[in-house]
Amino acid sequence: MQKVTRDILIDRAAELLASGMVNRVLGWRSGEFFYDVVPAVFRSEADMRDGFVFDDFCGCNFSKYLVKESARSDGRILVFLKPCDTYSYNQLLTEHRFDAEKTYVIGVPCDGMLDIGRIKERVGEGVIGIEAEGDELIVKTLYDGDKRMKREDALPDRCRHCKGKKHVAFDELIGEECEENDENASGRFEGVAELEAMTSEQRYFFWQNELSRCIRCNACRDVCPACTCEKCVFDNPKSGVENKAASDSFEEKLFHIIRAFHVAGRCTDCGECSRVCPQHIPLHLLNRKFISDINGLYGEYQAGETVGSRSPMVDYSRADLDPSEAIGKREE
Amino acid sequence: MQIKVRKPLIVAFCCNWCSYAGADLAGSNRLNYPADVKIIRVPCSCRVNPTFVLRAFQRGADGVIICGCHPGDCHYTSGNYYTRRRMTLLFSMLDYLGIERERTRVEWVSAAEGAKFAATMNEFAEQVAALGENRRLEDLRCKK
Ligand code: SF4
Ligand code: SF4
Ligand code: FES
Repeated sequence: MQKVTRDILIDRAAELLASGMVNRVLGWRSGEFFYDVVPAVFRSEADMRDGFVFDDFCGCNFSKYLVKESARSDGRILVFLKPCDTYSYNQLLTEHRFDAEKTYVIGVPCDGMLDIGRIKERVGEGVIGIEAEGDELIVKTLYDGDKRMKREDALPDRCRHCKGKKHVAFDELIGEECEENDENASGRFEGVAELEAMTSEQRYFFWQNELSRCIRCNACRDVCPACTCEKCVFDNPKSGVENKAASDSFEEKLFHIIRAFHVAGRCTDCGECSRVCPQHIPLHLLNRKFISDINGLYGEYQAGETVGSRSPMVDYSRADLDPSEAIGKREE
Repeated sequence: MQIKVRKPLIVAFCCNWCSYAGADLAGSNRLNYPADVKIIRVPCSCRVNPTFVLRAFQRGADGVIICGCHPGDCHYTSGNYYTRRRMTLLFSMLDYLGIERERTRVEWVSAAEGAKFAATMNEFAEQVAALGENRRLEDLRCKK
């Protein structure tokens, strides 16, 4: 359960709409199922009372939507951002993708979101409701009645290893601001380390198994707040990689290497890509590999922590190691 | 019956100002290096986009080497420093995906180092030959 309720957010948004401070609100609207929360623009309080939600399924990070939405009208747009979303917001500002003056950020606290995929893995299909009871969830299902599971097991990977619950950008905050939680975040690279410890062949088969499931829906690219080019190589019919060729393992790798490489140094580890993947491919393992290499070789860097910081990938030092030495050093 | 021995195909991206001239020097000094090293001239080592490396593998390379000016000597002052970071991340990622690390390399070769160029290519070709054909990053549609 989230400590801040939808009504608190609607009340504050209504005040800001009435005062003319903002003329529309970017928020979460409930979708076809209660767990299918979708991003939406609200123009009035009535509209918000009708469809706005704030619950455990509001994982969607709105930062990227601001690029297009803030350009649509002259007024300010109100946007709700969770702590991890604000990193993407800063990163986009760093890249001059929109004008901060045209946005109004309300920082909302987050108690961790739930991943419906993980829940369905445990309880099966037909989820019609979820209630919280302490550390447990009571999942109501259509076919098998109520089922219990630990809340922890339903958390997506990004919440399990949350970078910290402090907002790095906001115009105002609602609810209580939590302290940063480094202990939690240190688990971020466990998955990467596990893979690194395998043999080259094992890794090859692991990724072959994961990446061959990709249907090239491009959702991971479309959702990524670091990925905002207007024209993308993956949409170019002449590139030879704009589509899925089911039989071809090369294309899968090329797409994934380039997608992750393109955002290396700018990826805030917001976890949106893994969240939206319909095939449940652990894309964060690719991004975090780059992040851990960058941290290890070129110094700790968190994209989006401050506006205007210089990514290690557009920087250099004379003392950098050559690739062969660097990769060898990492292994020790 | 004749048994065809498959020689590894190597793509070498050489920067115009140092390594390409180094290759030239190796040639005019009559130094041997494998004919299966295909040189692609680039204006600077940092012109090499990660996609170039992947594309080379796709089109049948068994190994890819990038040669540039020594650090500090880049014709454009700092291009090779960026190359160094980029290729470190790319090669590390390839390794992470289970693609043999010995198939990729970055080497600094100046215009005066014809001998180093030939030696590097000989050594790299041998190293790649030991791995055999590139299977893990191949594109069957590009195979004859
Ligand atoms: S690559 Fe994934 S985790 Fe990184 S910024 Fe993009 S969506 Fe977020
Ligand atoms: S979201 Fe998943 S299935 Fe879709 S292109 Fe990305 S990795 Fe592939
Ligand atoms: S000009 Fe040779 S590496 Fe830049």
